[in-house]
Amino acid sequence: MSAFAATFRRELALMWAGGGAIAPLGYFFGATMLVPLAMGPDRALLETAGPPLVWIAAALSVLAMLERLFQADLEDGSLDQMLLSPAPLEVIASAKGAALWVAIGLPIALAGAPVAIALQAPVERVPLIVASLALGTAAFVGVGLIGAALTASVKRAGVLLALIVLPLFAPPIIFGASVASGEEVFAAFSILGGCALAGAALGPIAAAAALRLQAE
Amino acid sequence: MSARGPFRDKPQDKVLIRVEALALSRGGRVLFENLSFAAAPGDYVEVQGSNGSGKTSLLRAVAGLLRPRGGVIAFEGAEEPSLALHYVGHANGLKREASAREHLRYWTGLFGGSASEDDVAQTLEIGRVMDLPVRVLSQGQARRLALSRLLIAPRPVWLLDEPVAALDDAGKAAVNGMIASHRATGGLVIAAVHEALGPAPTKTLQVRR
Repeated sequence: MSAFAATFRRELALMWAGGGAIAPLGYFFGATMLVPLAMGPDRALLETAGPPLVWIAAALSVLAMLERLFQADLEDGSLDQMLLSPAPLEVIASAKGAALWVAIGLPIALAGAPVAIALQAPVERVPLIVASLALGTAAFVGVGLIGAALTASVKRAGVLLALIVLPLFAPPIIFGASVASGEEVFAAFSILGGCALAGAALGPIAAAAALRLQAE
Repeated sequence: MSARGPFRDKPQDKVLIRVEALALSRGGRVLFENLSFAAAPGDYVEVQGSNGSGKTSLLRAVAGLLRPRGGVIAFEGAEEPSLALHYVGHANGLKREASAREHLRYWTGLFGGSASEDDVAQTLEIGRVMDLPVRVLSQGQARRLALSRLLIAPRPVWLLDEPVAALDDAGKAAVNGMIASHRATGGLVIAAVHEALGPAPTKTLQVRR
């Protein structure tokens, strides 16, 4: 088994043991279901404001999972072992990112369907919203790897992590919300795909560089 | 413990370590300067020193995990530098929720090993707890599991930080046996210790300012 496969499998098992997607999904549902309560049952208002709010909730759900991503590895000595593996740290970081996306990103994307319907998105747009959330959460995870790596040695890193990561969440949120409200769907989708690819390609590289410094 | 093992099916690289004028600092404080030594295949080097003298930092620097302030650390004869060493530090590198077997499987992938999990478990006498999560293991059992990394994938150089901390007499004997069999096949061991391990060291390094 390659280092990528071994890391991917272990991370999935650890996330599963830690409750899997239950906590982030609960967060995602909870946050989005508060929206109609706060805005009132005005259908026209929900139709315009609701679907983009799915994206805010998705971004925050991913953010909530980032803090311990590398911090735990640094504290328990696992990071040293990753650094000593013959596989590049970039590969190991991307395996961790891939596992996080499968464990958290995909379930959130799928949960986007009922949530979007509840927030009055037109039914024919729901598959698009799910697909765009799948891309968007991949971009969030890619950026999140960097933030998690930079703050791995910081105690109570949550706020700092949010400060680093949230501005970088802006592009996928802008274009994701554009898909969700049905404007310029094709163009927004392409850019969202670009964000996901950039995150998947650059996130592990930058994260590995940050982790090498943290290990000292 | 005999000096043979099921893990030595092929000869390993003979690696020589040369450290010259090494200077290390932590948090701006100089730990030591001008430390030089060489270690050859089959050597067992014991690093001694009081708390905070820099034993751990020395091992981390040799492992490449800590950048030295100055000096040279050279591995000679290592065909593939990324396959030159194992480091077992203070932190065991274990996850509370994963079982011992899952750890061995993970390390096999991470380090590219081929040893059988059951043979490794037998050497360190952790066969009984292989399917238990680490969170229910005792300190000593967790330490044994961490040390089992050494056998999962062959590496010519072992860097051990207090390897027998928390181990009982049987555990110490197992570690001494592992070290003996590793040295017999041309391996090199550098260990930071408070109390001398069993085997007489080929070299003792005193770390101090």
